[in-house]
Amino acid sequence: MVKKPKIMGYRRQNGRVGIRNHVIILPVDDISNAACEAVARVIQGVLPLPHAYGRLQFGEDLELFFRTMIGTGANPNVAAAIVIGIEPGWTGRIVDGIASTGKPVAGFSIERHGDLKTIEEVSRKALEYLQGASELAREECSLEEVYLSAKCGESDTTTGLASCPTVGQVVDWLVGWGGTASFGETSELTGAEHTVKKRAATPEVGEAFMKVWNEYNDFINQCKTNDLSESQPTKGNIRGGLTTIEEKAMGNIQKIGHTQYVGVLKPAEAPSGKGLWFMDTSSAAAEAVTLWAASGAVLHVFPTGQGNIVGNPIEPVIKISGNPKTCTSMSEHIDVNVSAMLTGDMTLEQAGGELLNMMVRTCNGRLTAAEALGHREFVMTKLYRSA
Amino acid sequence: MRQFLVHDTRDNVGVAVVDIEAGQGVAGASLDNGQRLQVTACEAIPLGHKLALKDLKVGDTVIKYGEDIGKVVANIRVGEHVHVHNLKTKRW
Repeated sequence: MVKKPKIMGYRRQNGRVGIRNHVIILPVDDISNAACEAVARVIQGVLPLPHAYGRLQFGEDLELFFRTMIGTGANPNVAAAIVIGIEPGWTGRIVDGIASTGKPVAGFSIERHGDLKTIEEVSRKALEYLQGASELAREECSLEEVYLSAKCGESDTTTGLASCPTVGQVVDWLVGWGGTASFGETSELTGAEHTVKKRAATPEVGEAFMKVWNEYNDFINQCKTNDLSESQPTKGNIRGGLTTIEEKAMGNIQKIGHTQYVGVLKPAEAPSGKGLWFMDTSSAAAEAVTLWAASGAVLHVFPTGQGNIVGNPIEPVIKISGNPKTCTSMSEHIDVNVSAMLTGDMTLEQAGGELLNMMVRTCNGRLTAAEALGHREFVMTKLYRSA
Repeated sequence: MRQFLVHDTRDNVGVAVVDIEAGQGVAGASLDNGQRLQVTACEAIPLGHKLALKDLKVGDTVIKYGEDIGKVVANIRVGEHVHVHNLKTKRW
């Protein structure tokens, strides 16, 4: 039995554990991006999160927008947050949501002030928050306090043979220790949906999964213009040897190991307890990781075959690959190389141990390949057109 | 030394774990019980691509992970490359 590791993390006001200490400048809407980015040029070390949305959204799409904004600010990897919006109403709603975690947060709106006054006021607050965050110390925490998310990308057949089972091994350990983890990629489970249904902890949870999967599948069938043979699997998947969505799905679900999932989450919804959770997400990497970060996940494990290079601004993404060609030709993107599993020179437990060790190092502050290379893909999921 | 892997003994395809050359006799292992298999590749199979472990006819089901991963759309001989030219999804 592998021993439960300790890590050095940041314990936040609400007791949750983070592994990074960002001060974020969060725009409510597309037209406030410029002010957020200007503040980040003045106050070195704060993290602006520009995005494309936040205007005239409505209904469930607007609810998802607020869940994503508030969840991003509330994430334990964030020490403090500043929210800038064009007007004070929606800005205030996001500030209040983040403030409920006890975290330092302030909101500013541009109307009746203009960009320049706003940038100056925000810069003074950002300076205060950044200096405050820089004095916070890491303390000893337990790895199972780290909420983990898992999603693969640019998969090939080596993902199903090596890197996804490696993540499955770690998920089994982490949840066994009382931790929290989440997987998703609703459409990419097509072909394995009945296998996933059976892996639910109760029949009710299995039915909840099938409802979400059926809705996504109906949506794809309504909108598709061909057999999706260039979207799922992707051209990259096909180049790597994956032929059908069924084959891709069977490789994908190796990531949950032998663990049963205890509930089904809406996009960006925070788990209400321990265990493994299914989240309804797109399979596009940046969108999905952004949703998990907004649900409070602080560390992501990402198996890749052909070499997806995605990162996230607030949730470190660890890349694991079992493809020896990718580990050589794209070595700067890969944190954990498990290609020796293909040749029989590395067991599943050894591979899991390598990943677990890299998770501990990353929690303690080691920059992932994606962090060091500047991959900060912050991509909001939009459900439909704005009003 | 093994050149291909099989997820489940019920599978009718294996996955090349090295680049395989046309005409090469290759050895494989099944991951569920360690059973050893021998096949001669009829054509080059790049690392990560599938090779047929038996003859398959149009309409047959391709099995990997012990599960249905699609239908055969062009006849396949043992040792041939199995990919988008002869295997299609049953979905979408």
